Amino acid sequence: MIEVKNLVKRYGKHMAVDHLSFTVEKGQIYGFLGPNGAGKSTTMNIMTGYLGATEGEILIDGHSIMEEPETAKASIGYLPELPPLYTDMTVSEYLQFVAELKKVPKAQRKEQIERVVEMTHLEDVRQRVIKNLSKGYKQRVGLAQALLGFPPVIILDEPTVGLDPKQIIEIRDLIRELKREHTVILSSHILTEVQEICDHILIIHHGKLLASGSAAELENMLSGSGTLKLEIKGERETVINLLKGVESVDSVSHDGGESAPDTVLLTLTPQSGTDPREAIFHACAAANLPILTMQRQHASLEQIFLELTADSESPEPVGEELAEEPETQIQEEADDHEGDL
Amino acid sequence: MKAIYKRELASYFNSMVGYVFIAVLTLFIGIYFMGLNLYNGYTHFSYVLLNSLMIFMLAIPVLTMRSIAEDRKNKSDQLLLTSPVTVTGMVMGKYLAMVTVYAIPVLISCLCPLIIAANGTAYLKSDYASIFAFFLLGCAYIAIGMFISALTESQIIAAVSTFAALLLLYLWSNLMDFLPTAASNVLSAFTFSDVLYNFAYYDVFDVGGLFLYLSVAAVFVFMTIQAVLKRRWS
Repeated sequence: MIEVKNLVKRYGKHMAVDHLSFTVEKGQIYGFLGPNGAGKSTTMNIMTGYLGATEGEILIDGHSIMEEPETAKASIGYLPELPPLYTDMTVSEYLQFVAELKKVPKAQRKEQIERVVEMTHLEDVRQRVIKNLSKGYKQRVGLAQALLGFPPVIILDEPTVGLDPKQIIEIRDLIRELKREHTVILSSHILTEVQEICDHILIIHHGKLLASGSAAELENMLSGSGTLKLEIKGERETVINLLKGVESVDSVSHDGGESAPDTVLLTLTPQSGTDPREAIFHACAAANLPILTMQRQHASLEQIFLELTADSESPEPVGEELAEEPETQIQEEADDHEGDL
Repeated sequence: MKAIYKRELASYFNSMVGYVFIAVLTLFIGIYFMGLNLYNGYTHFSYVLLNSLMIFMLAIPVLTMRSIAEDRKNKSDQLLLTSPVTVTGMVMGKYLAMVTVYAIPVLISCLCPLIIAANGTAYLKSDYASIFAFFLLGCAYIAIGMFISALTESQIIAAVSTFAALLLLYLWSNLMDFLPTAASNVLSAFTFSDVLYNFAYYDVFDVGGLFLYLSVAAVFVFMTIQAVLKRRWS
C-alpha cells in the first residue's frame, strides 16, 4: 500500500528524518510513536507530499509522491497537526470546498458530505463559522476534511489532541471503524492510545525507526529478559540461597512484606535470553519448598518505549522531560505538548 | 483550480478586503473623473486613468498581501498542497480570483466614456484602449504583489514590500535620470507608466507595451509557483 524507502530529511545540519524505511499494509491501523521532535510530523508531511524529502522515495499504491503527485495525493486523506481550516467559512461551505478540491464527482458530493458530517458528529455546527468553534470541533472538522473523498489511506497527525475524554473515545471508535475500508496511519505520543487502537506500532526517535511490530510483538522483544515474581513457602534465607544457586538466575531480591506467615515474596532476574522457570520448579521441589506463585513479568509498552528512546549517545533526559528536546528547528514539532507518557 | 478560485473570490467578499479595494479604486477614479472630465470639461477619460495610477500603490498591496502569505501562516496550505491539485493550479486560482476582484472597478470605469459621449464629444476607441492597458498594468502589478506575498508568512511585510516595489516602479522614469546613459537606456524599457502614456496621451495602441505587461504578469506568476515549490525543499 505505502512503501517508504530510505527517507532522509535534513534541515541544515539537523537530521529530522534519518534513513527511515517501512511498508504499510492494507486494512490496518499503524501508529507512529515517539517523543516530541522525533520526526513523526515531518515524516507524515513528506508522505503526503507537503514537504520534499532530501533523499529517498515514497510510493503510494505504486505511485511516487514526487513524480506523480496528483495520482498519489488522490489516494491520501491528511489531517495535519493543526487542522488546515479556512476560518472565515462555515463548516458546510468548507466541506463543500474540500470535496471540490479533492475532485469528488459532483453527484456524490452531497452524499459524501452528509456521511462525514454524521461520522464526525458535526450535525449541530454545520451552519456555524469555523472561527467561532471550539478546539474539539475544529479538530473534528479537520478529521471530516481528511475523510472526504474516502481515500484508501488516511493519515492523522495526533488526531485526539484537544478533545475531551468522551470525544477521544468517539474518535478512537471512528478510527477503528475506518479500518474496514481504509488504511490508517496515526501519530501520537500517548502510549495508551497507540496501544489501544493500532495493529502495528512504529517507534521513531531522532528520525530513526527503532522498532516496529504489534504491541504484543514489541512486548515479546523485551520479555526474554522479563523478571519473575515468586511467592514461595519457606524460610527467607533458605529460599534465597537456593534460588541463587539455580542455573541462569542473575539476581534475587526480597520484596519485603508477606502475604501469609512463612512465605517470601521475591523478584528474580534471569540472565538475558533465558527462561529459568523449569529449573526453579525442580530446585524447589527437590528442597521441598512449595511454589505458591510464579509469574513472568511482561515488559509494558511504556518500558519498551523508555528503553528504546533512552539515548546512549546524548545525555538528554527521557520521560517527563521529553518535551524539552532541543529540536526547535522542526517547527511543527516544537509546539507545546506535554510529554504525557 | 476552479475550487480554489471560487473559494478565494468568496473570501474577498466574506471579509472587507474585496469591498474596500473596489470602493477605493472606484472612489479615486470617480474623483478624477469628476474633476477632469465633468468639471473642467476634458473630453479624454484616459487622462483620469493616468492620474489614478498613484492609487495602485496603496490598493494593490491590500489586495495581494494575503494571497499566499495567509495560507502559509494558518497552515491551510497543508490542505492545498496535499490535495490532488498542482501548484500551478493553486497559484492560478488565487491569481485569477484577484484579477476578477480588480476587474470590477475597471468595468465600472467603462461607464465613464459613455457618460462623456452622452454630453459631448468622446474618443471612445482611445478611451477603451486605455482602459484595457490600465487593466493589464493592474494585472502585472497584482502578479508582483502575489510573488512578494509568496516570499513571506507575514501579510504586513508583504504589503509594505509590495508598496515599496510599486513606488519604485512609479518613480522609475525619474530614477533613470540618475543613472549613466548606458544603464538607463536598457532599464528605461521597464518604465511601465510610459506604455499607458502612449495609450492615453498620444493615442497610440502600443502593442509592444501590452506585451511588456503580459510578460511581466506571466513571469511573476511563474516565479510565485517556483517560490511555493521551493518552500517544500527548505
